[in-house]
Amino acid sequence: MSAAPPAALADPMLPAPWRVRAVRRETADVVTLDLVPLASGVPCFAPGQFNMIYAYGVGEVPVSLSGDPADRSCFVHTVRAVGEVSAAIAGAAPGSVLGLRGPFGSAWPVDAAAGHDLLIVAGGLGLAPLRPAIYRVLARSERFGRIAVLYGGRGPAELLFRDELAVWGARADVTVAVTVDHADPSWHGHVGVVPALIGQIGFDPPNTVALLCGPEVMLRFTATALRAAGVAAERIHLSMERNMKCAIGLCGHCQFGPDFVCQDGPVLRYDRIAARLAVREI
Amino acid sequence: METLERLLLGHEFLAGIDPALGRRLVGCARNLRFAPGEYLFREGGPADEFYLIREGRVALELHAPARPPIVIESLGGGEMVGASWLVPPYRWGFDARATADTRVFGLDAHCLRGKCDADHHLGYEMMRRLLPVMVRRMQAARQQMLDVYGHPPA
Ligand SMILES: Cc1cc2nc3c(=O)[nH]c(=O)nc-3n(C[C@H](O)[C@H](O)[C@H](O)COP(=O)(O)OP(=O)(O)OC[C@H]3O[C@@H](n4cnc5c(N)ncnc54)[C@H](O)[C@@H]3O)c2cc1C
Ligand code: FES
Repeated sequence: MSAAPPAALADPMLPAPWRVRAVRRETADVVTLDLVPLASGVPCFAPGQFNMIYAYGVGEVPVSLSGDPADRSCFVHTVRAVGEVSAAIAGAAPGSVLGLRGPFGSAWPVDAAAGHDLLIVAGGLGLAPLRPAIYRVLARSERFGRIAVLYGGRGPAELLFRDELAVWGARADVTVAVTVDHADPSWHGHVGVVPALIGQIGFDPPNTVALLCGPEVMLRFTATALRAAGVAAERIHLSMERNMKCAIGLCGHCQFGPDFVCQDGPVLRYDRIAARLAVREI
Repeated sequence: METLERLLLGHEFLAGIDPALGRRLVGCARNLRFAPGEYLFREGGPADEFYLIREGRVALELHAPARPPIVIESLGGGEMVGASWLVPPYRWGFDARATADTRVFGLDAHCLRGKCDADHHLGYEMMRRLLPVMVRRMQAARQQMLDVYGHPPA
């Protein structure tokens, strides 16, 4: 009989039980959950990483961490109900228990971006995986040149974290620009696509690092616009989504060309994947 | 007149234009100001002026019966509004409403078309500046049509 393995050697395929401490509704189909572990401490994570979250008896899906990496009291996840599993997670009531394993995957190169202008470009739900990077950047903004957060959504009602966007936007050390695809006339903000915002903010393209997360079409158009503005392909980083099963590089479910998104990604460099992004149905 | 010329030629839409050509536009131009909520023009109205936004914000709106109006694009300082002044029958295809205090140059369309017809250098220069903006906006409209933030179908 062997003793239980130490936490670090625990079976990475075995979800640990985490309790839902709080639920916040963000939009009609998106909620943010605070999760606390039943048995262990809250591990460290790097902005950009994800967990596999298991709705017991329903299934398991990858979900990015969306909270402040400096807050070690809980894990924060922002989930949109699109199918059976994500709906079960998004519908979890405070006090209920979900399975969780992780954190997995690559991180936004926040520290490597120090000394550069930094463009953080999010579309739709893509603001959630970027929010930990924004927290980390804003905690020590003096390390960077100009900082801008560009965010696009379908309509005003579907924007995430609107209160926080307003708080960030009021700061002197960061430019926040928000746009929506369509709006009714009560919206006085910007209407148009995200790449159109790029021309409206001041930054020094040869000295800029860009972090992009959102629907793949939006990533493609945004990366193209950044390249046209003079940002180097190797300084553009994007987070890719592929279906996952094991999340530890074993099953090949998440394969994207030569990369396994669960291990080499989800954050990948544009110069490595530009050709693949242009190919249909990879 | 001298400041109008300096300001007009300093507008982003005319950036880098040969001053001799640019100066020919000044006679067509006037300064206009719109308060928030005021319309620059309404759908179906005569497209008799071409607008270059100096500062402020303009929402382009479409109306459909039994539905609230929808803002399809918003424009700010340095941008131009509309191309219907160039295309017969010279009628606007949407509403343009200021959503902030907005200052624009209005260029009389009849005057502008006359000058472009009479001087093809000037006409070509205007086309060279208009066409990329129109293409960019058409591509943006196509991206909006994709509704990329919606759920992909099952
Ligand atoms: C690395 C990574 C990070 C992720 N982070 C988050 C996150 O922070 N928050 C979050 O809500 N989701 C996130 N996702 C997406 C999430 O994993 C999927 O929404 C989930 O797997 C869908 O499973 P399901 O069983 O609920 O739906 P399924 O039954 O698998 O799908 C139902 C419907 O939703 C569509 N769909 C599936 N995946 C997506 C998707 N990614 N986006 C939009 N529509 C989809 C399907 O085409 C189908 O029409 C992430 C995915 C990856 C790979
Ligand atoms: S999910 Fe199994 S290899 Fe990536």
